[in-house]
Amino acid sequence: MTIIQNSKAVSQLEADAPHSHVVRFDAAQPLKMDAGVALSPLSIAYQTYGTLNADKSNAILICHALTGDQHVANIHPVTGKPGWWQIMVGPGRPIDTDRYFVIASNVLGGCMGTTGPASLNPASGRAYGLDLPLVTIRDMVRAQAMLIDYLGIDTLFGVIGGSMGGMQVLQWAASYPERVFSAMPIATAAKHSSQNIAFHEVGRQAIMADPEWRNGCYLDFATSPTKGLAVARMAAHITYLSDEALQRKFGRKLQDRAAPTFSFSADFQIENYLRYQGASFVDRFDANSYLYVTRACDYFDLADDYNGTLALAFKGTKTRFCVVSFSSDWLYPTSASRAIVHALNAAGASVSFVDIESDRGHDAFLLEVPEFFATTRGFLDAAARARGLPSVEGKR
Amino acid sequence: MSDEDVTQHAAQDVIERLSRAARVDLLVVANMVEPQSRVLDVGCGDGTLLRLLAEERGVDARGIELSQRGVNDCVAKGLSVVQGDADTDLADYPDNAFDYVILSQTLQATRQPRKVLEHMLRIGRHAIVSFPNFGHWRIRTQIAMKGRMPITENLKYYWYETPNIHFCTIRDFVTLVEVMDAKIEGGVALDRFGAPMLVNAPWWVWNLFGDQAVFRLTREAKVPMMK
Repeated sequence: MTIIQNSKAVSQLEADAPHSHVVRFDAAQPLKMDAGVALSPLSIAYQTYGTLNADKSNAILICHALTGDQHVANIHPVTGKPGWWQIMVGPGRPIDTDRYFVIASNVLGGCMGTTGPASLNPASGRAYGLDLPLVTIRDMVRAQAMLIDYLGIDTLFGVIGGSMGGMQVLQWAASYPERVFSAMPIATAAKHSSQNIAFHEVGRQAIMADPEWRNGCYLDFATSPTKGLAVARMAAHITYLSDEALQRKFGRKLQDRAAPTFSFSADFQIENYLRYQGASFVDRFDANSYLYVTRACDYFDLADDYNGTLALAFKGTKTRFCVVSFSSDWLYPTSASRAIVHALNAAGASVSFVDIESDRGHDAFLLEVPEFFATTRGFLDAAARARGLPSVEGKR
Repeated sequence: MSDEDVTQHAAQDVIERLSRAARVDLLVVANMVEPQSRVLDVGCGDGTLLRLLAEERGVDARGIELSQRGVNDCVAKGLSVVQGDADTDLADYPDNAFDYVILSQTLQATRQPRKVLEHMLRIGRHAIVSFPNFGHWRIRTQIAMKGRMPITENLKYYWYETPNIHFCTIRDFVTLVEVMDAKIEGGVALDRFGAPMLVNAPWWVWNLFGDQAVFRLTREAKVPMMK
C-alpha cells in the first residue's frame, strides 16, 4: 500500500478513490435516509481481515468511532501508522482473524471512501459539501446492512465498536436483532448527553468560524478550514483523556524551555501536544465530514424511537451482549453503560457488563488494557462455542 | 507416621473437608432450584454455581459480581454476568424477572440486608439465601468465654478488617423473614463439615449446631413487598 504524499488533497483523494474495497450501489438501490431523502449513488469503502467460513457464520463487523475509519488492522494509507485497533484485531489477537472474518467499513458521512460531504456529487459535478443530507447513526447502520447483504452474510457473529461505534452496535441490535448473534457496545451511550452535544457544538463552531470554511464549499476553492478543524480536534481530544492521565503525562511540564516565555507560544507540554494533535488531524480528516459525524452522534437517542423506553429497543432479543465501560471515562461514563445494561436486563436480554478499572479516560478502549482484552477474548470465545464455531487449534 | 506426616495429613484432611463443605453448600442451593428456570446469582464469584446450574439443571443462569476478575472468569465461561453490587444494583432489575434469586454467603456483607432481601423477593418468585450462623455454639463460646470477637475456620477475619458487617443467627434470620411478611418454603442447616443436619430438629438445635443455613423464601401472595 502506497502512502499518499500530498496531504492537502487527502480529503478528496481518499473520498473518491480510497485505498480500500469499495462497493457502489446505484439508483436501483438507494439508501433511505432519516432526513427523508433516498441517497444514490452510494459508495461504501471497507476492509476485511481473515476468511469467511463456508456457512458464513464467523463474520464480525467492527464499527469505528467518530474520526476512525475502515483501516482497523492495516497500515493507514494517509498517516502510514498502524491501524487504529491493530492491537485488538489480528491473528491470535482477542478478535482473532485466524478464527473470525472481520469487516470494517467507513461510516456514511465519513471521508475515507464511503459517501460523505467530500465525495463527488454526481448531480453537480462538485463535492457534496452541505448538500449531503444530515446523516444519523441509523443511516450509518442501514448503509452497513447493505454492505453485509452485498457480502452475502445473513447473520453477523458479532458487531463490535467503541464510542460512536458503540452507538452503531446498539442500533444494529435494535434494528436487526435477528442478524446480530453477539454485540459488544464499548465506552458508549444509548443517547448523547447535553454535555456531549455541547462539546461537539464547540468543535463545529470552531470549523464554521474559520473563514476558509466558506459556507461549507471550501473544496470548490481548493482550500480547507484547517485552523478551525484543528481547534475542534484539540477541544475534543481533551474529552478523550482523563485529568489523571493528563497530570501523569504532562503535569505542568514546560516544552523545551527552562522558564515560561511570557508569551502565548506553547510553553506547556500539554499545549504543544494538543497543537500537534490538531495539526496532524487536519491532514487526514475532512472538516465537513467532522460536522456530519458529530451531528449524527448528537441526534442519537435510541430510546426516542421506542416511546422513550430503552428496554423496548431490545424487546425479545436473542443477541448476547457484553457491555464495557472504563472507570475514568467521563465522556461516556460508566453510568451511561449501566443505563444500557439496565434496559437490557429489563428486556430479559443475555447481558454481561464489565467496568474496566483504568485511569486513561475514554481513549482506554483504543489502548492495551489487559483486563479489557481478556473480557473481549472470553466473551467472543464463549459466543463462538454457542455458535458452534471451531476453535483456532482445530483449524490450524 | 512421623510428626511431619501427621501434620501434613491433618492439613490435607482440613482442605478436603473445606472443599467438601463448599460443594455441599452449593449442591444444597442447586437442589432448591427447578430445572429449566431463570436464575440470578447475586455475588456469583467465578461462576461455579451458575455453571453447575446451567449444566446440570439447564437453567438460564445470570449473575452479578463485584470483582472484575470474577466477572471476567464468568464471561469467559459463557455466563451472562454483570459487574455490580448487591446493595446498589438490584434496584435496576424489573419485578418478577427471575424464578430464583440466589445470595450465597453474602448477606452478612451487605450494607442493608433487609433491602437486599426485599429486592430479591421482588425480582424473583423465590429467593435462596445461605449465610453463616452467628449463633453456632463455637461462636457463642468465643464471645462468652474469651470475651473476643469470634474467628473460625469459615469466618477468619479480625473484627477490624472483616467485610462481614451484618452477622445474624438462624433465629434472627427467621424473625426478619417474619417481619418482612415473607414465607420460608424450605431450609437446611449444615454442620461445620457441610453435612445437612436433621430436618426435624427444633430451631434451637439448628441455631446452636448449624454452621451455616440455606433458606428458600417466597413473598406472601397478597402482601406487596416494597413499601
